[in-house]
Amino acid sequence: MSAPKFTSLTARCVVLPSVDVDTDQIIPARFLKITDKLGLGEKLFCDWRYLDDGSPNPMFILNQPEAKGAKILVAGHNFGCGSSREHAPWALVGFGFQAVISTMFADIFQGNSLKNGLIPVVIRPADHAALIGARGQSQNLQVTVDLQATTVSWPGQAPLKFPIDPFSRRCLLDGVDELGYLQQFTKQAEAYEAAHAK
Amino acid sequence: MSQKPQTLFQKIWDSHVVAEEPGAPAVLYIDLHLVHEVTSPQAFSVLTERGLKVRRPERTVATMDHSIPTKGGYEAADELGRIQLRLLESNAQANGVRIYGLNSVQRGIVHVIGPEQGFTQPGMTIVCGDSHTSTHGAFGSLGFGIGTSEVGHVLATQCLLQRKPRTCEVRVDGTLHPGVTAKDIILAVLAKIGVGGGTGHVFEYTGSAIRALDMEGRMTVCNMSIEGGARAGMVAPDDKTFNFVHGREFAPKGAAWDRAVTCWRELPTDTGAAYDKTVTLDAGSLEPMVTFGTNPGQGVAITQPLPLPASLANAAERAGLEKSLAYMKFEAGKPILGQTVDVVFLGSCTNSRIGDLRAAANLLRGRKVAKTVRMMVVPGSQSVKQAAEAEGLDKVFKEAGADWREAGCSMCIAMNGDQLSPGQLAVSTSNRNFEGRQGKGGRTVLASPLTAVASAVAGKIADPRPLLNGGQA
Ligand code: SF4
Repeated sequence: MSAPKFTSLTARCVVLPSVDVDTDQIIPARFLKITDKLGLGEKLFCDWRYLDDGSPNPMFILNQPEAKGAKILVAGHNFGCGSSREHAPWALVGFGFQAVISTMFADIFQGNSLKNGLIPVVIRPADHAALIGARGQSQNLQVTVDLQATTVSWPGQAPLKFPIDPFSRRCLLDGVDELGYLQQFTKQAEAYEAAHAK
Repeated sequence: MSQKPQTLFQKIWDSHVVAEEPGAPAVLYIDLHLVHEVTSPQAFSVLTERGLKVRRPERTVATMDHSIPTKGGYEAADELGRIQLRLLESNAQANGVRIYGLNSVQRGIVHVIGPEQGFTQPGMTIVCGDSHTSTHGAFGSLGFGIGTSEVGHVLATQCLLQRKPRTCEVRVDGTLHPGVTAKDIILAVLAKIGVGGGTGHVFEYTGSAIRALDMEGRMTVCNMSIEGGARAGMVAPDDKTFNFVHGREFAPKGAAWDRAVTCWRELPTDTGAAYDKTVTLDAGSLEPMVTFGTNPGQGVAITQPLPLPASLANAAERAGLEKSLAYMKFEAGKPILGQTVDVVFLGSCTNSRIGDLRAAANLLRGRKVAKTVRMMVVPGSQSVKQAAEAEGLDKVFKEAGADWREAGCSMCIAMNGDQLSPGQLAVSTSNRNFEGRQGKGGRTVLASPLTAVASAVAGKIADPRPLLNGGQA
């Protein structure tokens, strides 16, 4: 069991432009009965991805040939809203995604993603539109997410800075284990408890 | 001592920072950690892998709510559900954590039993691997949902790494008209700000309409803060808060109670304290609210026509509205009143407390659920169930033709056997109308308990107000 690491990634992307995609869509609640993290990638976007008979919906983006090997999801505004289920980033990572690019993420989803090595990249609406445009021109568009430089770029686009919590960035670059970090504060926690004992 | 005026949130935050290193988030002390079967197994696994135990079992409380069937109990659960329920029991036992388990007469939805048993108290930091932990903010505490990795962090250390959010005042002044409730307030707030409007913020609900709400109403409002994207929602504590907490099993007693109340009286936001932003709403202008789309921000007053996509300037939002209406099989510009209803669900951590059941039963008394409608009434806890039965509310529901169940999340999340069939339309007192939330292909209209009852009686979406004086919908 090791902390996730990330430095830089250059890969193809798929575009799912819907706004306000909630975590119930990313992974429906009926798949939350597991007690580990296995198999969730198969169920990612299940109710959009599969038809009623269980066969892949050919219209859904992840079922199109170009989705094979894509490691970056370009998503719409407010991606990951709703339930706090960490199963959502587990499912995205299970499918093979390592970064999601949007104009805004829901808070809990963003935090959960960072803890699983899935980089939430926030860019401005105009840049987001430009990325979708560029992807429309070329299915093989190679997008680079560079965590060291905190930039995202693609052919024809100079690196764009994206905001990321500096502590999370450090943890991902260095593979810092957050629980291990927190455990260093046991003494302070004990002092806090002693001071607040009723 | 002249100190800068502070908000309720700021006071609780500042008093819980254990440490803060440059460039790192604050290490925040957690007073109460609520745990349920769905978001905890992988967190307990991390403890086991590292040879750790729950650091403060006395600050940790477990319950079973999400995957527990509301009829037939454990035996009725499917195999995966049973494994999950058993695992919570064994994890709790191995760590000395109090659990409201299968045989507990006080078991219930985590956000119902926290306040009910007196665990939830003003000034606390409260977390749970569940986004509706915002409910507990109704007591003037800071309650927020966390992911499973963070559940592990809190189990192991009783602390959490957190960046400080911004504050947003949600000011609701004025007086609600009869038939308009706390649920309608929050649905109207969400319709105004949208599902992303509170992202990065903690809400504090203020104003005369919020002060006038009882504790259950305040819980209903705070519960849905997350539906606006806010991590937490808070209401400053007052005598109503203290009276609610007083005498509950885990509330302070005797001299400790007096000391606690003295501290709690210091919590409300100081005059002149600044919020990062403010949203206002006039309670007097509100009607019963319903949602028409596939997120909780897509709501309208029940008498109003559904919005037209053409009225939205932003192309992505327009596409979103079109997609929602198509999923719901509703037509833009048409009224939502009169749409045929298949199922009515009265329950969930938003509206399943005794006051909700009383209000619903009062409206339903002497009436019948329409033959074409299946109505389910699911108390938020076994204690609520017993209280309702002592008052005879169960009889009112049963005589009207509704199904009276055991406590649990039930059809709010559809992972326990209670669910819609594809295409069915439900009027639901829960908090989420996402596609498939109540069962694959199911369609959800969120509403208050009163609107739910009126719709159950009419067999179609109906305004509760005409029923208030004994009339027909
Ligand atoms: S009732 Fe619904 S929203 Fe509340 S805790 Fe249960 S599943 Fe979550």
